Amino acid sequence: MSEDINLTKTLRERRIIFLLLVLAVAIPIIFPFSLKTHSTPLTEKAFNLIESTPAGSPVIISFDYDPSTVTELQPMAIAIIEHAWRKNHRIIAMAMWPQGSQMADMAFSEVQKKFGEEKVYGVDYVNLGYKPGGMVIIQTMGRNLKTVFPKDTAMNDYDSIPLLKNIKTIKDIKYVVSLSAGDPGLRDWIMTANGKFGIPVAGGTTAVSAPGFLPYVNDQNQLSGLLGGLKAAAEYELLLGYEGTASRGMNPQSIAHLLILALIVAGNIRVWRNRKKEKMAKEVNNG
Amino acid sequence: MKSKIPQLLAFLSGLVILVAAFIPHTPFGMFEETLTNWFMIISSFAILLGQSSLIQSNVAKITQKAPNWKYHIATLVSFGVMLIFGLLWGMENTPGILGQGEKLAESLGSKPFDYLFEYAFMPLSSTMFSLLAFYIASAAYRAFIMRTFESNLLLITAVIVMLGRTSFATILTSWIPDSLHFLRLPELTDFIMQYPNTAAQRAILISAALGVVGASLRIILGIERSYLGGEK
Amino acid sequence: MAELMKTIGIWLSAYFTLSIFSFLYKDNPFYKLAEQIFVGLSAAYWLVYTIYNILIPNLFNKLFTDFAHNWILLIPMALGIMMLMRMFPKLEWLSHYPMAIMVGTTAAIAMLLAFQSDFLSQIAATMVNPFKFSSPVDIVGTILLIIGTICGIYFFYFSKKQEGFYKIPSKVGIWFLMVSFGASFGYTVMARISLLIGRLDFLLRDWLHIIR
Repeated sequence: MSEDINLTKTLRERRIIFLLLVLAVAIPIIFPFSLKTHSTPLTEKAFNLIESTPAGSPVIISFDYDPSTVTELQPMAIAIIEHAWRKNHRIIAMAMWPQGSQMADMAFSEVQKKFGEEKVYGVDYVNLGYKPGGMVIIQTMGRNLKTVFPKDTAMNDYDSIPLLKNIKTIKDIKYVVSLSAGDPGLRDWIMTANGKFGIPVAGGTTAVSAPGFLPYVNDQNQLSGLLGGLKAAAEYELLLGYEGTASRGMNPQSIAHLLILALIVAGNIRVWRNRKKEKMAKEVNNG
Repeated sequence: MKSKIPQLLAFLSGLVILVAAFIPHTPFGMFEETLTNWFMIISSFAILLGQSSLIQSNVAKITQKAPNWKYHIATLVSFGVMLIFGLLWGMENTPGILGQGEKLAESLGSKPFDYLFEYAFMPLSSTMFSLLAFYIASAAYRAFIMRTFESNLLLITAVIVMLGRTSFATILTSWIPDSLHFLRLPELTDFIMQYPNTAAQRAILISAALGVVGASLRIILGIERSYLGGEK
Repeated sequence: MAELMKTIGIWLSAYFTLSIFSFLYKDNPFYKLAEQIFVGLSAAYWLVYTIYNILIPNLFNKLFTDFAHNWILLIPMALGIMMLMRMFPKLEWLSHYPMAIMVGTTAAIAMLLAFQSDFLSQIAATMVNPFKFSSPVDIVGTILLIIGTICGIYFFYFSKKQEGFYKIPSKVGIWFLMVSFGASFGYTVMARISLLIGRLDFLLRDWLHIIR
């Protein structure tokens, strides 16, 4: 009987917490307030890599994520494509996750709205599609890019694509940006593209993975900048001078964090009160 | 024979890669390139294996009338519909068996495969993972309790990082003078991430790398055979 | 027609979103149906992409258009078919051959790259002179980095029993690990909340048009 009461109480508490979370996120979306985001050194490092690369450079953006992490990584993809196009870099998109290829197309379509007909498929950007294998594929790209990607997603031959004309191996690429939600992903690029071939690699990851990649941001330049989560995407948008989906998401993010902190405090108060009750009950029994 | 030859194949393929790393010239470089090309094709068949296994298990559940068997019909129907759309008209720029399906794409707004991806797959995938937000909120209330010194250290760091990565971070500690700027939340968070967090993660990386080397050597030398499944 | 289909699509997305969210109240038929549809769509998506992005361009197209130069691809094709034999219990042993090649290749590549990237480079990155920095924060931080890395690695050394004096670096290592886990928790909260923001933004903006 008391177990049933406890279970009902637990269920009720959970549902209240869920409702509070929905309100904490929904209300700031409906009623946004203006609070500034400031950029951090890790984001600036990634920004500077793209900023300092000469115009006309061929670069790879690897879309190693799926729709489950679209809120964090798609704004990064859009911001990085826009930045690369502002610098007139020629983007080679690829994916090590099957859904990544479609995420790439969606990102290009979004940025294309700003650039109009200025950016031409096959000349300024190309989507080579999905290949499985992680570091094995990247290693093969180091020998022969055409062997890995004989055609692009539109089934055009490698040799018929103007952008790929002088690109034989990954060593012809000026930098790689991997937008990664897990494995295979950024770690494979760091180990292979940077570790074996010495190509600068920058990364965008979900916030979950970000702490684990910080050791690679070091004097050895294994990672030339890291965007970790929605906040980093908002910082990148700030550096580019526009307010996109990531920047708008910082308001509900901040309020939700405060709610989580409040829940931690409330949970600790609950446990402390229960401990005190148990202690008093024990003293009464002993006394 | 059935276990010796696979062990020999694992050893030879590992050996080719290892030698090619130090002697990249012909023929080792060529062997390495061939092997890695083949890897991609064999991986695709492994993916096919996964799909057929999925179909097999769902059909079995339906025929055996397992609990909730009716829902597995939806699995097979959605699988079949998506597969047919993809094969017949392709996706995005990729043509299918019946070409690009321009007329169909015009009336739907996109190809049928892309339509299902955008309006069915994407929301399902995103929402499934967004459930985790609720569970982490529930866990924050129930499980994040101050007990030992170590757990308190974890809790305090989490609080600082959570506050430091919000838009309020600057406002909350802007009153701290410039001489103590490193105690301001954004800088403190950056310090924690850049130094103690990096130290611990680096220790994990180094230790894991030694583990990977050990495990890989055991596989190549045939000591570890669990990938052969049920081998003694 | 395209506009109508877009509206239907948005309502379909909203239906699936709310079906999954309904699980938060309790398990129900809407959630179960949405879950199974997700499984089916996901599997088919992967299969279609495997066919169009790998099997056709990297295998079949090469074999059919230029067999003379690509006949050797019959070997990985045969190995791939052997992989499929895993479905049949009597022929399952055939799948061990391609599996062994894949595992051997991956093990060798992973070993080389992990040793270079996660071992040598990480040790080199730790061997930093803390006093080359001008800021006291960076000096203290770098000293913490060196101590934390060494103590953290020491914690994972299980070949000798850690007792007495030898327990101290292990304890320090644990403290650094706890700080790291706390930071990871903070970032995990950020990640999970971001996912929810995306879905609620869709419901409020694209579906209900409460925000423009």
